[in-house]
Amino acid sequence: MINLQPYSNPTYFAIILSGLLPVIIGLYYGKRLKIYESLISLVFLIFTFGGNHWHQGIALIGYTIFQVLLTIGYAHYRQQKKNQTSVFVTMIVLSIIPLAIVKLTPLFPANHGFNLGFLGISYLTFKTVQVLMELRDGTIKEISASQYLHFLLFFPTISSGPIDRYRRFLKDYENPPARDVYLQNINKAVFYLFQGFLYKYIIGYYLGTRLLPVVTHLALGQRLAFGGTGFSWYLLAYMYVYSLYLFFDFAGYSLFAISISYFMGIQTPQNFNKPFASHNIKEFWNRWHMTLSFWFRDFIFMRFTFWIMKHRWLKNRVRISQLAYLVNFLIMGFWHGVTWYYIVYGLFHAGAIIINDYWLRFKKKHQDKIPHNRFTEYFAIFLTFNVVCFSFLIFSGFLDKLWF
Amino acid sequence: MTDAEKIYEILKDLTDEDLSEKGDTNLFETGLLDSMATVQLLLEIQTELNVDVPVSEFERSEWETPNKIIAKVQTLK
Repeated sequence: MINLQPYSNPTYFAIILSGLLPVIIGLYYGKRLKIYESLISLVFLIFTFGGNHWHQGIALIGYTIFQVLLTIGYAHYRQQKKNQTSVFVTMIVLSIIPLAIVKLTPLFPANHGFNLGFLGISYLTFKTVQVLMELRDGTIKEISASQYLHFLLFFPTISSGPIDRYRRFLKDYENPPARDVYLQNINKAVFYLFQGFLYKYIIGYYLGTRLLPVVTHLALGQRLAFGGTGFSWYLLAYMYVYSLYLFFDFAGYSLFAISISYFMGIQTPQNFNKPFASHNIKEFWNRWHMTLSFWFRDFIFMRFTFWIMKHRWLKNRVRISQLAYLVNFLIMGFWHGVTWYYIVYGLFHAGAIIINDYWLRFKKKHQDKIPHNRFTEYFAIFLTFNVVCFSFLIFSGFLDKLWF
Repeated sequence: MTDAEKIYEILKDLTDEDLSEKGDTNLFETGLLDSMATVQLLLEIQTELNVDVPVSEFERSEWETPNKIIAKVQTLK
């Protein structure tokens, strides 16, 4: 049986667009062909998780059944006007457990048992946790298994996002766009598709497949440089090449996912907005992997600060925000994987954003004394870019290779 | 004090700016409110105006200007 990884080669795009043609025609006439769309989604899920990836398929099915039961069960519980914190916390923990097991498994190399993991499990978990939290808050009141499945298993974004929100997704799913809006969507979809090709298959390919191996080799050859730390000019080159590769590869992928969503009349949110033009780290996180950082902002940072302030456990607002940044980015680090460099990456960004906040407060207080002109703006962008690239060097795991 | 006055009072406290004449200022784009200040805003609305606003209810586009906040609070009352 064939296996096709999402957006991996021209065949995939040819198949996906011809498979979606009836959906596109349907939407042009203002109708969503729900049954056909469900069937074609199933076919694409089988392409991704079938064939020689069948064990992932089994894991996905088991995971999905488990999460649907959990969510429908909790929705039922909330409809009876019951709202115990202990039940809510249990639900969240249960929902995260499969991901936690998958992330912790590599720490025990002796374990050769069945792997629970599948492509996209960490992205699906964002969706399940989000829905549970909104059921708790009462902003989602009822949930049907079928709608929930469409949201969870929406195939264009299943492997790596962008991470949509349940209510937003459902609004698009249940209300096909008017013809003029849909034609604009198609327009954008085509543009994003070609922008994605440029980013991922031309720029990203050149950086990742051509340039990166060269600088990797050169930088590894300088292990003894700078007093045995391995810090060399080649390492600096690796840092920039890897950072740019990471952006173009991931932004390109995101554009594909958004493009296919738009063809299907679903306006999946953007993931990147010129991140390297940010003037500071705080702004960077509003522009880089936005659906992830907004998820963390809304479901970790804001809830954590809300909870602390409501119970008055800490008085000092500055301390609360610093603690929240630490928790926020530490969880983000662990989410990427349980290795020292992902966790240090998280701590590094927490530190950077805390320092950034000190500076912003200082600047506000001394507004009249601090110059602001084109030069200071360029300098801010330059500094932010370098801080970010250094964090990606940590993130890349290259230092692990260089040092250990 | 009316609800609108109370909201402007809260916003003045959080942003150090009197926005009562500038009801259409975008609080997020201008950087006047960050996530931390937003949480404080929700808590203040809860205690001062007795309106319960869960974090999930907070959709940025619906809360981005003082006028929108005032309108939103009315619908939640």
